[in-house]
Amino acid sequence: MKLRSDYEYSWWRRLVRFVDGETLEDAERRAEETRESHEKIQQKNDIEVEKQFEQEEKEDREDRKRRLEAEHEKEAMELLEKYKNWPKEHGVKIFGRLYAIMAVLLCIVIISTLLITVSYLPEFGHPENPNNNEVVEKYNKEGLYETGATNAVAGMILDYRAFDTLGESHVLFIAAVCVMILLRLEMTKEGKPTDKKRAEEENDRLYEPKNDKILQFSAKILVPVIVLFGIYVILNGHLSPGGGFSGGAIIGAGLILYVNAYGFEKAKRIMNRRNYAVISVVPLLFYAGAKGYSFFTGANHLDSGISVGTPGEILSAGLILPLNICVGIVVACTMYHFYTLFRKGGM
Amino acid sequence: MEFVCNFPFFCIVLSMATGVISSVLKPKAAKALSVILVSLSCICSFLVLGYTIKTGSSFTYMMGHFPAPFGNEIRAGILEGVMASFFSVIMLLSLLGGEKYLKVDIEEPKQNLYFVLVDLLLSSLLALVYTNDLFTAYVFVEINTIAAGGLIMIRSNGHSMLASMKYMIMSLLGSGLLLIGISLQYDLTGHLLMENIQTAIAGLAKTGEYAVPLTVIIGLISVGIAIKSALFPFHAWLSDAYGFSTASSAAILSSLVSKAYIFLLIKIVYRVIGTEVFWNSKITNVFFVLGVAGMLFGSISAMKEHDMRKMIAFSSVAQIGYIYMGLGFGTELGVVAAVFHIMSHAATKSMLFVACRGLSEVSGDKKDFSDLKGAGFRNRIAGAAFSVGAFSMVGVPLFAGFISKLYLTSAALELMSVKMAVAVIVLAISTILNALYFVRAVISIYTPRNEHYRDASFRPGKTFCGGMVCFIGINFVLGLASYPLIIAIEQGLHMFW
Repeated sequence: MKLRSDYEYSWWRRLVRFVDGETLEDAERRAEETRESHEKIQQKNDIEVEKQFEQEEKEDREDRKRRLEAEHEKEAMELLEKYKNWPKEHGVKIFGRLYAIMAVLLCIVIISTLLITVSYLPEFGHPENPNNNEVVEKYNKEGLYETGATNAVAGMILDYRAFDTLGESHVLFIAAVCVMILLRLEMTKEGKPTDKKRAEEENDRLYEPKNDKILQFSAKILVPVIVLFGIYVILNGHLSPGGGFSGGAIIGAGLILYVNAYGFEKAKRIMNRRNYAVISVVPLLFYAGAKGYSFFTGANHLDSGISVGTPGEILSAGLILPLNICVGIVVACTMYHFYTLFRKGGM
Repeated sequence: MEFVCNFPFFCIVLSMATGVISSVLKPKAAKALSVILVSLSCICSFLVLGYTIKTGSSFTYMMGHFPAPFGNEIRAGILEGVMASFFSVIMLLSLLGGEKYLKVDIEEPKQNLYFVLVDLLLSSLLALVYTNDLFTAYVFVEINTIAAGGLIMIRSNGHSMLASMKYMIMSLLGSGLLLIGISLQYDLTGHLLMENIQTAIAGLAKTGEYAVPLTVIIGLISVGIAIKSALFPFHAWLSDAYGFSTASSAAILSSLVSKAYIFLLIKIVYRVIGTEVFWNSKITNVFFVLGVAGMLFGSISAMKEHDMRKMIAFSSVAQIGYIYMGLGFGTELGVVAAVFHIMSHAATKSMLFVACRGLSEVSGDKKDFSDLKGAGFRNRIAGAAFSVGAFSMVGVPLFAGFISKLYLTSAALELMSVKMAVAVIVLAISTILNALYFVRAVISIYTPRNEHYRDASFRPGKTFCGGMVCFIGINFVLGLASYPLIIAIEQGLHMFW
């Protein structure tokens, strides 16, 4: 008979107990006794049945079974091991080969498509080509008078299509910012690295070569010439081939040579972090401001008050000369900065 | 010329200058400047939108003293106004919502550089929206790509480095194809200004001259942009890039960067190649097939994820599949639906990313489903925003996602071809799949568990709450009052001709 656990506390039982004159303890003891005796009988039965079963089983089956099981298990384990190791041994290899084959096929398809396309394009340099149109004609014929630049390319990139070049110089700037995020070491105010890992990276700088006499001697001769040549290329940007981008790259190369010969301590006198920030931000702001003014006046058909000057003179071509200087400074700074950042940490 | 016409140009140049100045400012000042800039760009874009709606026509703005085919030019019509104001609003809300987490995720001395990236990204987004010149578009695609890579990388842990590397490789491949396409078309047409190219291409299409290179050009430009906006088989970079960057970055990347490229593609289709040539070129079929495949596989990948943010990222693949499917219909209604889906998805996905960060903040900064259980009770505003976003993604009526699915379906029903059947069936399946994983996520965040993460002193930040409330509001506005917007999009597309 199954009883609920709170059976003894039910109103009915209380009434029965009250009628029988029992206390709660008595009832509980009795319930305990019946449960125990029940359990004993059940256990006895179980044990007997089990013993019988075991005796029957043991004698004839156990040995055979154990042997079979062991064999099966061994085989299964071997198979499992084989399957598990298969990708490690072969999978990557097969994938790598498939990947290489597919990559080569894809490249061949793309290359052949592009080559076939090129064979259909208009012949190079033919006077009847579609890109020999009124735009090119105007650039060639009137460019000199409209922009004042004898170097037609400078006139195009810094006057006709100045908006594109403004964007392009910001591409350089944002690339420098990204490299800065990636590589710049943060220092405390005393010029010490902020944490231990950084300090270890800093230690790499101890292995930089120092005081190479031959290098220093050649740098002493070369650097001023290189920088001077760069300045010439920038300043003559509107007169002859060259301009801000190429001149800036030359100056940047000169600065990098100087750093290699004389070390960062000396270079820091001119190019430290504060100076870099000023030197890179001011030209870009001037650029944006000057071109903003020119765009605004142009679009609203106002007179900008910037004269073209006499073509061929050094002070001519309106905004092109100052803009070339700005672009040159930005390019030189960016190149030098990249170099210093890749030496683990920056200036 | 009205003074309002100067505003697009002001916004672009100002955001460039602000980005440059921010590189030497303290983080706090840079943040304030950035927020002011984005708000200013919101206001200006809305004024431009109002002006174009009032005059009912678009205007061009000469960048310099030389008229269009010789100098640069930008152009603003209704659709440009809508997109610019929408992008600015979403960017502002993403910045405000994720502002608190920037401080946690980014090293202190580099925080100002984050705002440099954001400002330059804004300038490139606006320039991509307003440009009327294919090469200008390419220059700003470059800025956009590098800024996006920086936004992923700035978190500076191993995962985000790897993610940004993947992103850069894929994205630069896309840029390269786009550049090759632009150069080849210059060889055929001799122009970079959109109207002139369109006239030249229409002439070429009529005479049948240069048919092979023209097809290749269309293919290169389309594939290039498809890679950059993570269309289905090119989406390998996406889950890591969105899953491991800081909350604002993920919101900005998913809702603005990839969408700006799609908008550029629509602009190229309408204003450079010409709808007729483009729709006859059969590349729409490729878009359709890839879009449909993306809808299915994106959802399936999302269902397998245990990481909540990666799940949201994979659902982006599915949603971008919807947009490309709309473009793949090759009808105007399809494009309208696609543009609307760009907006509804941008509004929803950025909200989901920021809300998910809010939920993981109260779950020990973990992102797995098991840890996020009960997070909806611990951070109520984030939970509410997440649920709204999830319902919008599934397409429950009242929310933005429903309207875009409605328009996509009606655009599909107009087709009367095999595409119709496929589109409708896959839309249905994809909706069910969306429901499966988004409803699971909502149930999971509202299952009362993980009481050990409860922190009685936790209060969500004021800007976070404000951002979330605005996001929810935008979702309801898009879901309940979409009609004027659809009209504006239609008118804007007509102005493209």
